[in-house]
Formats: sequence, structure tokens, C-alpha cells
Amino acid sequence: MSEVIIAGIGQTEVGEHWEIGLRELAIAAIQDAVRDSGGLKPQALFVGNMLAPNLSNQAHLGALLADYAGLTGIEAVTIEAAGASGGAALRQGYLAVASGMVDVALVVGVEKFTDKIGAGVDAALATTSDSDFEAVQGMTLAAQAALLMKRYMHEYNVPKDGFAGFALTAHANGANNPCAMFRKAIKPETYTKAEMVSEPLNMFDIAPNADGAAAVVLTRRDLLPKDFPHPLVRIAGSASSSDTLALHDRKDMLYFDTAQISAGKAMKQAGIVLDQVSFFEYHDAFSIYAALSLEAVGFAIKGRGWKLAEDGEISLNRKISCATMGGMKARGFPGGAAGVYQAVEAAIQLRGQAEASQVTGAKIALIQSLGGPASTAVSHIFERFEA
Amino acid sequence: MEIPRHWRLKQQRYSLVGEVCPHCDHKIFPPRDICPNCGDEAKELFTFSGKGEVYSYTKIYEAPTGFDANAPYTVALVKLEEGPIITAQLTDLDSTPVEIGMPVEMVTRKMRNDGDERGIIVYGYKFRLRT
Repeated sequence: MSEVIIAGIGQTEVGEHWEIGLRELAIAAIQDAVRDSGGLKPQALFVGNMLAPNLSNQAHLGALLADYAGLTGIEAVTIEAAGASGGAALRQGYLAVASGMVDVALVVGVEKFTDKIGAGVDAALATTSDSDFEAVQGMTLAAQAALLMKRYMHEYNVPKDGFAGFALTAHANGANNPCAMFRKAIKPETYTKAEMVSEPLNMFDIAPNADGAAAVVLTRRDLLPKDFPHPLVRIAGSASSSDTLALHDRKDMLYFDTAQISAGKAMKQAGIVLDQVSFFEYHDAFSIYAALSLEAVGFAIKGRGWKLAEDGEISLNRKISCATMGGMKARGFPGGAAGVYQAVEAAIQLRGQAEASQVTGAKIALIQSLGGPASTAVSHIFERFEA
Repeated sequence: MEIPRHWRLKQQRYSLVGEVCPHCDHKIFPPRDICPNCGDEAKELFTFSGKGEVYSYTKIYEAPTGFDANAPYTVALVKLEEGPIITAQLTDLDSTPVEIGMPVEMVTRKMRNDGDERGIIVYGYKFRLRT
């Protein structure tokens, strides 16, 4: 199997881009990534997108984006796995290059939430849950996370503001990320006083839906341009796992099996153990997801993920740095682009270019992209290495 | 308009018809023909009693399209007496505070409209407190 290098990275600011459409957003990130790679020519395009057919009435993004990127003729498809679409597209790009069938793969994640507003967005998001047995009950993704959080707090006696640490960490780190939607640290009172959305879940337990696009160019080491200017970052491990779509069908809904399985397989492939991970980009679409991911991956025992956040152990350069560029909560949640943003941010960290957010001596990253309540989990290990 | 989609689920929506596994006696809802417990084929129909208890719950204030008229409403995970957990709204609550472990029973209620005044109204199961 070939060694796969992250040759180029690109991203747009995450936010409400009323004046920019789906295709322009994606093209901006693609151009950035191709330029950053030293002008490599992609042979295949994998688009991570969750809801464009619903939010923008636009399907067939592969052909559309290849066309607008000036790449007509290349292989181009969309990969969809709800919130894990970005991670899943990254894995397809990785597999294509690792197999030797594709020399240069381009992965772009894009989501354009603001083409729709209000109840229509909640209805669109609900299509990623079990339509016949969850969404039909008027469920929203936030309510689904609230059900999980309520049960978790009941079983483990978590105090009322027990999840505050996740939002505090995310916003502190997002303050240093020029592409983040929110660039301001918050005080504990901000969390305590936040408006309740679906009890016990408040505004600050939810990552904001936002527009954004991120892209990476992948290639083999021997195909890098001669004067490639960046420190080398490779994909050392990649794995994906699936679970029941409906939360109610789980044997134990308070344990994210797929997060454990995919992270375990990716680490095994990379030949590393958890202690070697420099930082963890988890999928904090809801703070309860972050807690359950920390537990599933092994940073905390069952029922104690929230405590790691409360004790400040997930802040930069503590026990395990998380959401180092703001995570979904402060950077924003651009749906199918979220997993590609994680890849871009991890590459920035490993290149040593994260400035005020830099994880000291960052060498190995674990990034994890979830679809729904970990109905899909895609995990990757990135590693910095010397040429 | 999604008439066939809702029509073909009428047994589940109106009377909680699931399946029972002939190999391990595991009760299954919704039906899926393959037992999630033992992996064998399970096509024998089984009608659930509709009795259960609240496993978790929350309230929705900002509803998706089609549910706006009902908001705010309470949704729950209900653990049925026969084993499975299902997602459903709680209804007829008046001012009774909901708690985890509270006994509930299935009733048939209006679920949603089609988001269009001439569209179909979907009926199905909700749960109310059992005394």
C-alpha cells in the first residue's frame, strides 16, 4: 500500500455566507488546497456533503464541482454519511491513493445551510435520523441528543452544569482560529445562563449549523513537487464503522461503539497506542457526543467523559488537547464539511502552524467524524514525519 | 405527499405490530425480519401490549415542518414491557411533571400534517401516563 501524504489544505471561513452559493464556497476551498499543494493535478474528486439535495435542491455535486473547478473529465462523486460525510469522503480519497489506482485525489467537504431557514432546516436534518420511527414523531437532532444527555446525567449523577467544560474549551480555542464562526472565549456564567433548547440541552451544548467548505489534496510521497514547502504529514490510519441508525435500537445507547471500533482500527493500522496521540479532534455537534467519544476512544472511563472537560483536562496542552481550533461548537458545524475541516486543522497543527492554538510538539492527531449519534464514525490518524 | 410511505406502516403506527424471534424469543419493534439479538430470521408477527416506562425525555419548542402546530411537545424514549425501546411523543400530560421510570401506555393520536392544508394527516402512536 502506498504512503498517503496530505499535500494541500484549504478552507473558507465558517459562518452565514448569504452572498456566496454552494459551488462558490466549494471552489474557494478547492483552489486554496490545490495552490497549497504546489499545483498538483487531481485525478479524482470526492465531495463530502450531507444535505444539498434538500437544502439547496442540488444533487450530483461531483460533476457540478469538478466542472466549476475546471476539472471536467475527472472521476467525481458525492459521499454521504450524514454528519460523517466529510470523514467518509476523506477515507474514500485515502483509499483511492493508497490503492495506487489514483495518483492525486481531491477531497472537498461543503455545506450550505443558509439556503433554507427555520423549521425547514430542522426537517432536513431530521431526514438523517430514522425517518419512519424517529423523525415521524417530530424529533429533531437536538432533541435526540437531549434524550441521550438526560439519560446519561440520570445514570451517572452529573450536576446541572456538568457539561460546561466542552463549550468553554471550544470557545477558548476558537478565539485563535481565523476561520472560526465564533472567535471569543466565554465565561462559565455564559453557559449557566444560556437559553434552554431541549432540557437538559442548552444553546451552548449545540454546535451552530453554518456554511463552509474545506478541502485537502492527497498524493503519494514520490509525486510531491520537488520544492514542496511544508513539513510532511501522512495519513497513518483510516477506519470507518456503522451502528443502528435509530438511537432506540442500540443495545447500550450510552456507549458509542463505532467511535471505539473505528478509532481502535485506525490506531492499530498506524501502530500507535492512545498515549501517543498529541491531540483529539472529536465530533462535538452536541456536548454529550464529545463526552461519549472521549469515553469510547478510551480517554475516560464510562460515565466520566464530562469530568475530563470539567477538570480542564481537554484544554490545550493538558491531558488530551481537544477541539484545538474551536471544534464544531466554536468553529461552527458545516455539516458534510465538518470532517474535512478537522483534517485541515489537524494538518495545520502537525505542520506547526497553529500559532496561539499550537499543541506543543504535535506529532500524531486522532480525528473523528460522526454521523448522527455515532451511527457512523470515521476515524483517521495523521502523523508528522521527517523526510 | 407521502401516502404510500405512511399507509404501509399502518400496523406499526396503529397497533404496535412487531415481530418475535422463533429462535431466541427476542421481541422486535419495528419489524426487521432479522433478529438483532441472534441474527436468525424472525418474521413471526407479535403485537406489543403498548405498556412501558419512560427511559428518557425532553421537550421540543422549535418544531420541524409539519409539527409546528403542536409545539411545544414532549418526546421520550419509552422502554416497552416486552423489551424494545421506541421513540414517541408523550401526550395528555396536562401539568404532570414527567420523570424517568414513569409508567406509560400507548394511545393513537394525530402525529403531523403534510405541511400543506390539503395534505394527509398522519396518525400513529403516542404515550400517556398510566395510572
